[in-house]
Formats: sequence, C-alpha cells, structure tokens
Amino acid sequence: MITWIKDGELVDPRSGTKKKLDVVIKKGKIESIIPPGKYNPPNSRDVETIDSSGMIITPGLIDMHVHFREPGEEYKETIATGSRAAAAGGFTAVACMPNTRPINDSRSVTEFILERARKANLIRVYPIAAISMGLRSEVLTEFGDLKQAGAVAVSDDGRPVTNSELMRRAIEYACFFHLPVISHCQDLDLSNKGLMHEGSISTKLGLTGIPAASEEIMVVREILLAKLTGYPVHIAHVSTEGSVEFIRQAKEQGIPVTAETAPHYFSLDHTAVIGFNTNAKMYPPLREPKDVEAIKRGLSDGVIDVIATDHAPHSPIEKDIEFDKAAFGIIGLETALPLTLALVREGVMDLTTAIAKLSYNPASILSIKGGILEEGKEADLTIIDPNNDYVIKKDSFQSKSHNSPFIGWRMKGKAMLTMVGGRIVNDKLKIGN
Amino acid sequence: MYRFNHKNLLGMDQLSVSDINLILDTADSLMEISSRDIKKVPTLRGKSIINFFYEPSTRTKASFEMAAKRLSADTLSLSATDSSMVKGETLIDTARNLQAMNPDIIILRHSSSGAPHLLAQYVNAGVINAGDGTHEHPTQALLDLFTIKKKKGRIKGLQVVIIGDIAHSRVARSDIIGLRKMGAEVTISGPPTMIPVDVESLGVKVILDPVKAVKNKDVIMLLRVQLERQDKVLFPSLREYAIFFGLNTQLIKGAKKDVIIMHPGPINRGVEITGDLADGPFSVILDQVSNGVAIRMALLYLLIGGG
Ligand SMILES: [Zn+2]
Repeated sequence: MITWIKDGELVDPRSGTKKKLDVVIKKGKIESIIPPGKYNPPNSRDVETIDSSGMIITPGLIDMHVHFREPGEEYKETIATGSRAAAAGGFTAVACMPNTRPINDSRSVTEFILERARKANLIRVYPIAAISMGLRSEVLTEFGDLKQAGAVAVSDDGRPVTNSELMRRAIEYACFFHLPVISHCQDLDLSNKGLMHEGSISTKLGLTGIPAASEEIMVVREILLAKLTGYPVHIAHVSTEGSVEFIRQAKEQGIPVTAETAPHYFSLDHTAVIGFNTNAKMYPPLREPKDVEAIKRGLSDGVIDVIATDHAPHSPIEKDIEFDKAAFGIIGLETALPLTLALVREGVMDLTTAIAKLSYNPASILSIKGGILEEGKEADLTIIDPNNDYVIKKDSFQSKSHNSPFIGWRMKGKAMLTMVGGRIVNDKLKIGN
Repeated sequence: MYRFNHKNLLGMDQLSVSDINLILDTADSLMEISSRDIKKVPTLRGKSIINFFYEPSTRTKASFEMAAKRLSADTLSLSATDSSMVKGETLIDTARNLQAMNPDIIILRHSSSGAPHLLAQYVNAGVINAGDGTHEHPTQALLDLFTIKKKKGRIKGLQVVIIGDIAHSRVARSDIIGLRKMGAEVTISGPPTMIPVDVESLGVKVILDPVKAVKNKDVIMLLRVQLERQDKVLFPSLREYAIFFGLNTQLIKGAKKDVIIMHPGPINRGVEITGDLADGPFSVILDQVSNGVAIRMALLYLLIGGG
C-alpha cells in the first residue's frame, strides 16, 4: 500500500527545505518527495491519502531524555503508556534514562526495555545505560556489552557522577564505543536538601534553595573534562544563564560539548512554585526570568542544540503531599511541541531551527535513525497543525501520570498524526476510519 | 465597623493593615479577661477546635489551648507521636479524617513549609498556621506586633533589628512581613550564612555586624540559633556565635535608651542573649508570652465568632 501525504508544508532541518511538498510512502520508507499536484497515484484503491493542507510535515520528533519508569515503577508509567504519550505528542523516538528499578546498568535490563518496547509496538525506544554500576559513581558499567545490547548512550541521570576521575574515564572509554555521555549536572553538596531555585521566591516561601552554582560547577567540570580528553560530553537539562554562557565559551573554543534544555525552562520561572505547587518542583529547578531569557538566547544562537522533555511521571502518592516530601519532575511529552511552537511565534527561533532541536539534532548526537525527511529513509514523520487551539486538561494525557504544571494552559499547535516506519501511531486526523 | 473577612490564617502575607489593626484591637479588649478571677467567657461555647501538632511545640500549643479554653471552646489536641491516625497516612488523608469530626478550626504546626496551605485545600474548617517549616509563623508575628504596640504606643516609623538565623526562621519571615506592613523599618543582622539570598526583596536592610545593626534601634528581636540546619553547618560553634553575634550589655549600648528586647523562645541563655539581659529591664520576653494568649483568643474569635 502507498500513503500519499498531500498539500502540506514540508520542513526538513538538515536540507533546510521548507516548502509545500507531497510525501509518498511505500513499504515503510519515503518513496518520493515531490511538488504538489505532480503525483499520479497508480491505483486509487491502494492509496491512503492524507490531506495535510494548512499543516506542517516534519521528521518524527525525537526526545532524547525521558523516564519511562519500567522496570520497577509501572504505577507511574510503563513503556507502553509512555510510548502512547510520546506518539500523542508527535514523537517517533525517545531515549529512556537508566534510573529504573533495577537500574539499567546491565545487558539484561537493556534487553528487557527493548523487549517491552517491541511489545508496545508504537514508537522507537532507545535505552540509555548507566555510566556507573547502581548510579553509585564507583565502578563503570560494561559500555561495550551494553552498546551491543542496544544502548545508545550512557548517563547516570537523576544523579551526577560525583567522582571526577570516574567521569573522565567514562568519557574516554565511551568514545571507543561511540557512545555519547550525557551528564546530569548537580553538585550534591551545594544542592543538599534543596527544594527549589535559591532566590527571592525560596526566601519568601521558606524553602531550601538550590543555587544556580550547583548546576554550573558541574557544567564547568564536564567542559574541562571534554577539553582534557578531547572527547564529547552532552549536558542534560540546562537551566541557568551561567550554564548557557559557559557552554557558549566552550563551543567557541572548539571543545566538543552539546547541550539540551527542557520546555519548562523556557516557559516557566521560579514564581510557578508560589502556593507550594509540587508540579513546579523538578531538578534542575525552575529559575529566574533572566535565566529563562538566557535559555531562549541559547536556543536562538545554537548554544543549546536540543529540546528534550525530561518526561518524569509521578503518581499522586509522590505529588499530592507536602512540598518538601514531594518528588522532583514533571511529564513533558504531550506539551513539548506546543511550548516550542510558542517560542517560534515569539520570534526566538524559526520553525526549521525549532524542529531541528526536536528531531535532527538529537538523532545526530545519539547516532540513531530519523530526524531527516529524504527519499529512501524510514517514514518517521509528524504532521503538525500549527493553529490548533486547545486547553491542556488533566484527563487529556495519554501518559499514566498527569503531574504537569501546564494543566489549564491554552496551547496552540498539535501533533495531528505521528508515523513510525510508515505506520500511523497517533491519528487525530482520523485517517484510520 | 471593619469586618474580618478570612476563613484561614495561613500567613502574614494575606493580612491587610486594617486586618492587623483589628486583630490587635480585639486582643487588647480580650486582655482584660485574662486578669479576671474567673478567666472565662462563653463566646465560643459549642465550637470545637483541633490543635494538630505534627511537630512538637510546648509553648505554642499551650498558648492556643489556653486561648480556646478562655473562650469556652472545646479543644482536642493531636500530635504526630501519639496519634495512630497519623502513621503512614498522607497529610491529605489526615485532613479528611479531621474534617470528618467537623471542627470549626484546625490549628496546624508542621515541619514542612506550606503544609497548612495543603491542609486548607482539603478541609471545610478554618486553618490556622501555628508554624510551618521555615516558612511562616503568623500568630507569633501578631503577638510580636501587639507587644511592640503596647510598649511603644505605635509601630509605624519604629526602627527594628532582627538578629540571628533569618534564613531558617519562620518567625523572622512573618515578623518582617508584619512589621513592613505596619510601617516599621526593619534591619536584619547575623552571620552571612544565615542571611537568605535576595532578602532585600522583603523590604529589609541588611547590616551583618550586630554592633552597627543595633545602633539607634527601638526594638531588638532575637532568634533562636541552632548549629545545624537541614544538614548544613552555618557556623563553627555556639561559643563563637555568642562572642560575635550574641546580645550583651556592651552591644546594647548603641541602641535607643528605651529599647525593648524580644525573643520568641525558647532562649539559649548565653548564646543569643546573656542571662542578665534576658531577665533585665529591657526584656519583654515574658510579656510576649502573655500577649500570645490574647492574640490567639482574638484570632479564634474573629475566625469563628465573626468580626
Ligand atoms: Zn537529570
């Protein structure tokens, strides 16, 4: 069968294409990309037509930072429910962080995740393995074995690698296996017992602060280790002005460092915590307006390569409690696209750049397929209606959890259709019936 | 007459200048009851009040209980340690259980900042914050304002200094908000490790050195200091604190001649303040305690009885 996506505007960040083009898909691959009106379908019965006029066709979105909680905390999210949330948000691929129970520090857990993803059969799920056994910053995991099992990167996300010598060896050793190293930057002593960004709001609310320096000290360490070794490091969830500036200087010096931020760091600031809102509690914490501006600058001028959600589902048991006892983290897969499109409307970056940060750039960093719309490639794509206007509701999430600070927000822009390898996994255009 | 239009007292933030004046005036008129032979009026007969102390506090709990009894309300005291209701239960579950008893007021002391705000979302009863974590302690601030007003005849324009661990003090936070609202000038002082970031946003001046900070002050408020807070060591020793930041007869000479010294208690004698000063003529520490009962009577009356 052939799928013919017609009359949409195609955005392909790698080639810089942004114009009206039809996409023809056959056997899970992109057969041809041709100007509208030029395609002659062979036999109308065999052709599924998707009218995407007024909509944008992009490479399938890729989220390189999610927590799917399986194995171990299936009451918060499973690989199946997380995949549904991803597909609904326009994502065709995600990379899952290893802080599950048990931790993904062995071949068996990596294989288990891939097996669950196959069973869920929706999107591409790439496991990220731990850097250190048990995330304890003591002994390296078997990078080679984990890579062969299917891991696409290593990270101790959720915790920093506290031992700088171990981090150095991780960066060096990972390079041999072409595994990117992703760093969660946090000085645990400086952020000890911290609950939110240290600033005027933490002072007002009497909540222990997490200073910006807690993140920045580790960002600088990772930059220095990348310089020392000459091998790349990827900085996860950048949240402060200082981090953006340090990464900018490193890039100017040719140090191999890449960086991601999450939509909440450019959409919210620390005032969201007022009222002791546990859905505004995450690590790193929401920062100050000047930091939000710096994140936008970093996105605009390319210092920040990637937008990743840090999708972190939690149940009411972890969130509907006292602020200091509540868990860190929010879900993000189903709100990332509209929040990013809001930045495009604001003029922070153009649409092509925004889509690059949500697809081509993470695919390049992780060396995974996708992120490109080109003849012969896998048909992983997303059809976006940029003008679809709606309000985020608590019960509208596909995710098993609904710990989102964006509930009640008016959003513009929605993933109407998500296609993985030619198969539709999110069908708000009702192509299936 | 001005009406008190609040169901809860969660923090000083929510109160207007008129609210505060009404509470202080009401407390003043209720003061007299405490000096009678029979210290009881029937005002809140048939009303029930739950004293829920998740975190131990002998004096605040006693003060609230005394206030409720003098107004003839029925009181029930619960603490986290002796109540099986609390074990393994979330605060929201506990709130629903308390609500089932249909109280008029729940007074909550809790170690988590924001706990009373969470409780208030789940109960119909009014909630009084009797101290939440390192956030606020509004009834302490009100009794401090009451004490200052009784001693000085006014609050507006007074020079007040607060010395100690501002960062971890719910009393300091509530006092600062209350004093600023009522027009006092507030200076905070103490070791830099105890001064929270961006504290100027609360409308205070920072003078770290207490010698300079107490100069020409009408009121000196001291805070209880602890060596360790949230696993963070803020200064090397109580001994050194006493030498450089403790209030003594030498230090107080810079203040106004009629300065008053306040402390929310319990005092670390010889640390925040020398024993002779704590018991001396400038100290109003015991007035604070008796004024506390009157303020809490006023609040219970205004929140339940109607103002
Ligand atoms: Zn992280």
